Amino acid sequence: MTMTIPTTLYQKLVASHTVAVLDEQNVLLFCDLHLMNEYTSPQAFAGLHEAGRGVPVPGQNVAVVSHIIPTHPVRWRTIQDPPSALQARNLKANCDRHGIPLFDTNDPLQGIEHVIAPEHGMVRPGMVIICGDSHTTTYGALGALGFGIGTSEVEHVLATQTLVYRLAKDMRIRVDGTLPTGTTAKDLILMVISRIGAQGARGYVVEFCGSAISALSVEARFTLCNMAVEAGARGALIAPDATAIDYVLAKAPDIAGDMRAQALAHWATLRSDDGAAFAVEHVFDASAVAPFVTWGTSPDQAMAINATVPRPEDITDAVQRSSAEQALRYTALTGGQPLAGVPVQHVFIGSCTNARIEDLREVDRIVGSRHVANGVRAMVVPGSGAVKAQAEAEGIAARLVAAGFEWRQPGCSMCLAMNDDVLAPGQRCASTTNRNFEGRQGRGAITHLMSPAMAAAAAITGCITDVRTLEVTA
Amino acid sequence: MTADNNTTVRGQAALLDIANLDTDQIMPKQFLRGIDKSGLAPGLLYDLRFDGTGQPRPDFVLNQPAFAGTDVLLAGSNYGCGSSREHAVWGMQQYGFKAVVASSFGEIFYSNAMNNRLLLAMVSEPDAQAFMQEARTTTGPLTMEIDVEQRQVRTAGNSAPFTISERHRRMFLDGLDVIGASLTYQDQINAFAERHWAAQPWVKDVARLTRDRLGA
Repeated sequence: MTMTIPTTLYQKLVASHTVAVLDEQNVLLFCDLHLMNEYTSPQAFAGLHEAGRGVPVPGQNVAVVSHIIPTHPVRWRTIQDPPSALQARNLKANCDRHGIPLFDTNDPLQGIEHVIAPEHGMVRPGMVIICGDSHTTTYGALGALGFGIGTSEVEHVLATQTLVYRLAKDMRIRVDGTLPTGTTAKDLILMVISRIGAQGARGYVVEFCGSAISALSVEARFTLCNMAVEAGARGALIAPDATAIDYVLAKAPDIAGDMRAQALAHWATLRSDDGAAFAVEHVFDASAVAPFVTWGTSPDQAMAINATVPRPEDITDAVQRSSAEQALRYTALTGGQPLAGVPVQHVFIGSCTNARIEDLREVDRIVGSRHVANGVRAMVVPGSGAVKAQAEAEGIAARLVAAGFEWRQPGCSMCLAMNDDVLAPGQRCASTTNRNFEGRQGRGAITHLMSPAMAAAAAITGCITDVRTLEVTA
Repeated sequence: MTADNNTTVRGQAALLDIANLDTDQIMPKQFLRGIDKSGLAPGLLYDLRFDGTGQPRPDFVLNQPAFAGTDVLLAGSNYGCGSSREHAVWGMQQYGFKAVVASSFGEIFYSNAMNNRLLLAMVSEPDAQAFMQEARTTTGPLTMEIDVEQRQVRTAGNSAPFTISERHRRMFLDGLDVIGASLTYQDQINAFAERHWAAQPWVKDVARLTRDRLGA
């Protein structure tokens, strides 16, 4: 009889992709899928070409124009900004040169990297997936180890299909109970980040588990894992269950016959062993979740909608107090005030966090037959061409347009405002995105992160509103 | 900045006591439109350095004449969190920074810095606070010495160890060609890939097969 040490899912994924152990902290990690965009890859290709190196496994790489693309509702998109247009042309040239699959500017399936990869079945349990974008943690929702990398590392992956990977520590976050009506995975992750802090998971790969996690749809799990990076996590994982596997099999028709049986057997092993050791464990109760909204300029500066903005003078930690003071100066709020009732000029529904079909259905459901408030500009930017087409087929687009929303083309858009979707100074935005950093949506603009349902409520009322106070039919 | 035997960085430090200073602030979006690494120095910490009309903010530390030669940043915890953009590192180096001292760094920023030989000295939180206090009471920049051989940060009034892995220390000192080093494993990578794809054929060429299935 042999004794085996119980291991975590994270450790299994690393072990199954380790080509060589380089030293105590670093391994050469094989990468199954590498996604690229137009703005973090050009210098990597340039470095590759300068060194005379090629891309040995082009079919494991894929690129998409996502960050700089305009989202105006026109059929044929032209990138007006010359440097941005050059980035898009350059991406196509690099992909053509190396035989790398591309979703180009006017591809009907173009969209945000982290929306298109899973929706077309490219994300499969047990994979290692990297991308020059921090929100690559999203793929943990399907039991794949995803994480963001820099441009030097993009070049490394292109040249070797591997990465020099610094090992992370294991953290487990257990969430049991039931999310109350009016709350979503977005509220849950904002609550978790507000509790453990913007660096609460720094250095860790987080495995989410518990009955509340099992009950989440795959799209809700994407939202959860997507934002784990805002707590500093180097990855987020959910062990693949029937929900995840059904999703993957529906999206990946090539996994069939004997291969399907083989895959199912392998995926059943993708779980942390009983007794596996986690360096840190947190436990949360889903039933305690309320709709969460950020009040500051870091994603951990978030609060339940029925709470009040913290008073800096009540914060004992000097660093946190000074951060709160600076944040409140920027967001033009006062400690002790409620967020409900604060007027917004803009509502943004989009991003790799919350621009999938379930998010848009939720917005549609909350809006119902109501109309966007006077003086509010409300934009919906679907996560991909496929999401957009689906929402149009379901009548969501027509209803939201009738309600006064702008129905845009897919892209990253105002999540980071790298294209021409930029807020003016002082504008306050109810946003379904992932970062409320100073200047993120435009210099001097104020971002309040929240769920799609809460953003829909803000659009209707013209101010930050507890969605649970709105009458919703159906 | 001077280097003693290439193992010690001595420089003039500015204090930027902001926790969770993210890479969006270090290098804002409007400076990310290039296809090369050049031209990033003007964008560094742009909204902190310049007001809404593009004029330098006189009260910001890097704009003060005494700090014109700053090449070390004494930063708050979790410096460089957020976006993976390596432009943040390139921009710091183009501006003239050789090192950052802080109690913690964003994880992707840390890897990016190491890959570009921007020295990051991670000290304990109490030590970071001691250096910050010293910087606040010093007229002009604080002279800091970062001894990579001894893993020690020194000033006139303080001395503290910093954490850096042996691998990253060697990368800083020797300027390792990481890709070249990994390519010496090419045979092992090929053998691994064959085994991996035989055991899990559903992960092979997924991007290419998907693109072909969807139509070009």
